[in-house]
Amino acid sequence: MARRQRAYDIRRQPGFGLIALFTFFALYLPIAALVAYSFNAADSLSRWDGLSLRWFISAWNNQAVQDASIRSLLLATWAATLATIAATMAALATTRTPNYPGLTFKYAFINQPLMVPEIVTGVALLIVFSRIKVWTGYTGMGYLILAHTAFCIPFAYLPIRARLESMDLTLERAAADLYATPWRAFWRVTLPLLRPAIIAGFMLAFVISLDDVVITEFVKSGGQDTLPTYMLGQLRRETSPEINAIATVFLALSVVLVTVFYFVNRRRP
Amino acid sequence: MATAAETARAAEARDRRDRWLLSAPGLIIIFVAAIGPLFVMLAYSFMEKADYGDVKFGVFSLEGWVSVLFQRDIFDDTLGLADAHLSILWRSISLSLYTTVLTLLFGFPTAYFIATRPATTREVWVFLVTIPFWTNLLIRTFAMQQVIRNEGLINTALISLGIIERPWQIMNTDLAILLGMTYVYLPLMVLPLYASIEKLDFRLIEAGYDLYASRWQVLRRIVIPLVKPGIVAGSILVFIPSLGAYVIPRVLGGGKSMMLGNLIELQFGAGRNWPLGAAISITLMALVMVALLFYVRNVSRSGASHG
Amino acid sequence: MPDQPGSNAIDVRSVRKVFGAGEYAVTALDTVSVSIRENEFFTLLGPSGCGKTTLLRLIAGFEYPSEGEILLYGKDIAGLPPHKRPVNTVFQSYALFPHMTVAENIAFGLEMLGRPKDEIKARVAEMLALVRMENLANRRTSQISGGQQQRVALARALAPQPKVLLLDEPLSALDYKLRKGMQIELKRLQHETGITFIFVTHDQEEALTMSDRIAVMTAGKILQVGSPRDIYDRPAERFVADFIGESNFLEAEVVSVENCRATVRLSSGAEISAAVPEGHSPSGRATIVVRPEHARIVPEGDGASLHGTVENVVYLGTDTHFHLRIDDGTLFVVRRQNSPDAAQGLAAGQRAGVAISADAAQLLRR
Repeated sequence: MARRQRAYDIRRQPGFGLIALFTFFALYLPIAALVAYSFNAADSLSRWDGLSLRWFISAWNNQAVQDASIRSLLLATWAATLATIAATMAALATTRTPNYPGLTFKYAFINQPLMVPEIVTGVALLIVFSRIKVWTGYTGMGYLILAHTAFCIPFAYLPIRARLESMDLTLERAAADLYATPWRAFWRVTLPLLRPAIIAGFMLAFVISLDDVVITEFVKSGGQDTLPTYMLGQLRRETSPEINAIATVFLALSVVLVTVFYFVNRRRP
Repeated sequence: MATAAETARAAEARDRRDRWLLSAPGLIIIFVAAIGPLFVMLAYSFMEKADYGDVKFGVFSLEGWVSVLFQRDIFDDTLGLADAHLSILWRSISLSLYTTVLTLLFGFPTAYFIATRPATTREVWVFLVTIPFWTNLLIRTFAMQQVIRNEGLINTALISLGIIERPWQIMNTDLAILLGMTYVYLPLMVLPLYASIEKLDFRLIEAGYDLYASRWQVLRRIVIPLVKPGIVAGSILVFIPSLGAYVIPRVLGGGKSMMLGNLIELQFGAGRNWPLGAAISITLMALVMVALLFYVRNVSRSGASHG
Repeated sequence: MPDQPGSNAIDVRSVRKVFGAGEYAVTALDTVSVSIRENEFFTLLGPSGCGKTTLLRLIAGFEYPSEGEILLYGKDIAGLPPHKRPVNTVFQSYALFPHMTVAENIAFGLEMLGRPKDEIKARVAEMLALVRMENLANRRTSQISGGQQQRVALARALAPQPKVLLLDEPLSALDYKLRKGMQIELKRLQHETGITFIFVTHDQEEALTMSDRIAVMTAGKILQVGSPRDIYDRPAERFVADFIGESNFLEAEVVSVENCRATVRLSSGAEISAAVPEGHSPSGRATIVVRPEHARIVPEGDGASLHGTVENVVYLGTDTHFHLRIDDGTLFVVRRQNSPDAAQGLAAGQRAGVAISADAAQLLRR
């Protein structure tokens, strides 16, 4: 009788490891292909002519890409800032309290943008904003900022609310006990302790705004392409590797943001 | 002398007021740029369409709603079923269901695999799922296109291996949309599944083996019932965005394979039928609500049984 | 108690606190009145949920009373928010600000009061010296031990020189040895600073060792206020006798009462003298309490007030407990301190008598 050398592994399920490895492979293969083609020297995606940075240079020099990139970043900065402020205030208003009339209503309201398909919100905004644009004659970035802020709020709200719920009121009570007015207690105690969550919320909102294509597509006025809507427009045509180059840069930016987010969130104060 | 009690009441009233004031900006923004427009859209769905988009404001008509499922014959004005709309509706629902099943089939073993890694490497695996999750959806769709297009990875590989001679046309078919949605929404399945499997008490599995269960029986009778909330959450997280998908069918379906999202867009673009577009949008929202209700019912039930 | 307003540090007058409303209303404090003197180490003692922490939070200002007033040196403070009350709290969880250093924590209250920088610096140094934490001034509060956190919490609350210091079970998170050390430390701090301490605990031993006076609470009421000796030797109510130390309760018949002492007849027929709580005039049947160490085992008939059978002899190292079944059926415990020369001599099943020391019996109000 041969003795078992290893204990019976209760966690193992046959085949799961293989499927998992395939899944990871399948998750990264398309991304790898996309990145690889962005370094392709050839004029079309059909051939591989060796490594080159020509499409990155070409994209960099493309005025439309430059404009769309700057617009995307500005829009995401505005929307994420406004959404984070609104979400922080809303989180303060909806946590650390016994249930009060209207609390459930507030939760439902704040999370509503998560419940409705983007396309639906997009066309609803098209209906409303197109009429307002006619009435007021204003066709600026305000509409995009407003729309982005709205759907960013629930994402910014998420980490801030979670942090507040894990923070009991004792520290603020201690500050009040030590003669801090509610306002000073907020600035000296609540806000510093909330800072990591606020940063996380801001970054989430920023990424969400930067990624949006559907709502932007329906809200934007002429000449207000963001990087995603510009790319969507290009995909209609015969695509050139320039799109790959833009996508690769975009991808790199996302990875950096996620990594930073990950470390901000992991470090506990 | 009830000064203290009055102070207490005043403090509570002040707290209430402050809490409303604090939440006001968020609530107003969401009302103006998310919830309010939905009601306007509801109203629009009951108005008559104007010739060049938009509606004849205030003119009541049920035509938008009727055209969701029916179409008027051009010659004798009789109503017939709108086959095109029905097939798009059916495609949306069936492709979303297939996507949910596929992501579950691949996502469950993956989540289980991650949850059973040692704590040190587990974070790395989770991180690897998180990166695609936060990568732009359009870029991931585009990445999928690189794999399945006629000159893409799959076809190049198959041809160079001599398995096929001419490219296998995947782009602009339902299969393309299905592959795209499975790829894009997979992280949405893995993450909640992982969260619930990670909380699994593996002593229960030991108890299962102790009571003569095989690996398969342990999986089916112990693991799956215990992580059911995660399965339901993941399924809903995949099903709902699939139902409302717009970018993926547009890029991979190429206008030939349309889903509800594309049909809606069509009414606001070339179709110039805003009331119909509004009515389809509300239909889509209703489908989403049904899925959410299913979710809420399931969660509350499993929540009750697990205390 | 006709105290002049202002002669006490704290006067709690007919304070009620009800949480919730309607059918969910819970009365946390049921018309409580108590006066706490200046420079006193005053303890609120009771089981959890008795209302002691609620009373402390009302004094601190984290809750407002539903009825009644709270006077601080004769001034009603019940309606003031916490930051306008010259009292400070040491929280059960310490509530040290995790994003500040030890010194910054201690300086916080003084800063909020707008004291000049030099004064704050000097005062912080003084406080650090007082709690012997000088070398850890610049540490984060997460980098110091539980006992050290405790000292910082104390220093932080003492730094603004409050009129009253409130301590909410501050020792409950410490292990036994540290707790013993801190008890003595707290007593020293109170003595050195001359500040009135109001200390909340459920630990009777802690209350007895540290307090000048103790208020025993249960179910939202204060049952008895007195010195540790009073509370232990002269419990006025059954709950007090039961909650603090061990007690034997005996049913008795009141024979006569004079000058705060009653003569009562026990079930054995023996008559003994028992102290009567202030303001109580007993008659008929009454309950008396005798502490186990205030009774002795004696041979039957030899001046014994009670007779019974030994059921159990429990050896506890320093003491031995004799469990006697008295002839009327009640259980009576006698504690005897062990000494090397003491004869053991008594075993379960033997008959024995109990002699109750003079002045040891106390008649209970309820």
